[in-house]
Amino acid sequence: MSHYKLFDHTADIGVEVTGRTRKELFVNAAEALFDIMLESKSGDVSAKKRKTITVEGADVADLLINFLRELLYLFNGEKFVTGSCDIIEFSNKELRTRLTGELFNRKKQTIKTEIKAVTYSGLTVEKVKTGWKARIIFDV
Amino acid sequence: MSGIILEKLDDNRWLLPQTGGMRVPGIIYANEKIYQLLKGDESAKQVANVAHLPGIVNFSLAMPDVHWGYGFPIGGVAAFDLDGGIISPGGVGYDINCGCRLMTTNLTLGDIKARLSDLTTALYQHIPSGVGSTGSVKLSGKDQKKVLEEGAAWAVKVGFGSAEDLETTEDGGAIMGADPEQVSARALERGKEQLGTLGSGNHFLEIEVVQEIFDEEAAKAFGLHKGQIAVMIHTGSRGLGYQICDDYLALMVKHAQETGIVLPDRQLACAYLESGRGKNYLAAMACGANYAWANRQILMHKTREVFEKTLRLSPRDVNMRLVYDVCHNIAKIESFNIGGVLKKLCVHRKGATRAFPAGHEAVPERYRKVGQPVLIPGDMGTGSYVLVGQPKATEETFGSACHGAGRVMSRSQAIKNSRGRSIARELSEKGVLVMAGSKGTLSEEMPEAYKNLQDVVQVMHEAGIARKVAKLKSIACIKG
Repeated sequence: MSHYKLFDHTADIGVEVTGRTRKELFVNAAEALFDIMLESKSGDVSAKKRKTITVEGADVADLLINFLRELLYLFNGEKFVTGSCDIIEFSNKELRTRLTGELFNRKKQTIKTEIKAVTYSGLTVEKVKTGWKARIIFDV
Repeated sequence: MSGIILEKLDDNRWLLPQTGGMRVPGIIYANEKIYQLLKGDESAKQVANVAHLPGIVNFSLAMPDVHWGYGFPIGGVAAFDLDGGIISPGGVGYDINCGCRLMTTNLTLGDIKARLSDLTTALYQHIPSGVGSTGSVKLSGKDQKKVLEEGAAWAVKVGFGSAEDLETTEDGGAIMGADPEQVSARALERGKEQLGTLGSGNHFLEIEVVQEIFDEEAAKAFGLHKGQIAVMIHTGSRGLGYQICDDYLALMVKHAQETGIVLPDRQLACAYLESGRGKNYLAAMACGANYAWANRQILMHKTREVFEKTLRLSPRDVNMRLVYDVCHNIAKIESFNIGGVLKKLCVHRKGATRAFPAGHEAVPERYRKVGQPVLIPGDMGTGSYVLVGQPKATEETFGSACHGAGRVMSRSQAIKNSRGRSIARELSEKGVLVMAGSKGTLSEEMPEAYKNLQDVVQVMHEAGIARKVAKLKSIACIKG
């Protein structure tokens, strides 16, 4: 079962992500970001490259946005496609994540949608019965 | 419409009454038909949200192409007092100085009809488009700094176009006060390879033909006449602008928390204009704006070259002249009469075009008798309108008008609706040749996804904000 679904937004793309835990919510949100942007032509993203990133935030919602902003920058600025993320530290104000992935390769992937930014607009992150749920709008 | 009740003021304006934490009321420019469309999205709520921001003057405004954006609505206009007011990167948008430029030629449809396919192909080959496209202009760090400081003038200096082009570019193609030191290393890196590129999404380059003239005097001043071939370019500051906005939004989310500015939506994050962060953003935003002007100047030059080479005509025969270049995602420090006093304000135009009337000192000398050209591109394949700014714009809308048709359909809905159809073929049947890098873009941008441009423009015309001058029909379009 997919851990996210798209919701309608006139100009942009909205996504509702769920996860059993906070960590899972973040990992699923990262997956949604790359699913919306890229389409694989052959096989999964390899784990050729590794990176560790640290992001800060005022609260869990701010952390989530800053985490996704960082992944988006790594893609746009360094062509790094995140294949998997392993959250190694998660406090209320800071997140440390180990990423594996590879450099973007036009032979392997195509860009479906250019995401200009991860916005704060209409952002919600909440605890629900089954775990966590977030609504995020990507500017496209 | 999230329970917001609008009161009809007249045929083209609706009042959004001041309630709760709103500091001023809102006004939405819409006729009955557009008002009905407002019910389907959250844009009225966003107009109300903007009205909560400190230092907002008179009204939180929305133009008739208003639609649901992030933070500010798209089509939103709001002005803030320099004393106690704020600046918001979200009120400018990610694509800083996204805008349009219109060029006319000496050619008629008959002159290019037989070569239209070659011409469009050549444009598609020479104008880099598509997601993450990189340009032929590679910038050293030193040159990039100059682009950010000098804007279109830099492009002219290195051989893209002529000094005359700057006369009919908004602000002469550069906002003063640009400081590259305020732009992050990340933004600079993203900007290095993207100068001279169109990008993707709703950005385009169109060949159009002037179909109808509504105002002979203004059309003459702008050099427009029926049957003439023109070119419209729509693009902005590419990754550099997106990154500047993104960097400063994150800073301002912090600033708002520190200064206690209450935000109905975090995307409205802002800083006081007199604060260090506010000033730094303005200096960085100016860099983004100047990059966009250099970008459009370079694209225009490449277009001129392609026309001359493909049609084997001399520059004099093609005579591609810049009518005007407008930005429609920007914040500007401008003076307006507020209650009898001339006040300096920071005017945010998020998907809105400046529309200054005749006599205004910011209008190029050659147009000063008629007013500033207002360029309104429509949806893919429909064409564009040229309007001229009217006195009521400076009285009611801080000198602003609409910027396009405005979406009514989400991208996913558009893709669903276009399933099993060939949008390119449908457009070709309507006489529009389209070349695009991706089928997805064509589906997302299909004509039905947008409001009727004629309705949007008519509201501005009837409300006395900007008068119709000419209508142009597209005949060819290239997209990313």
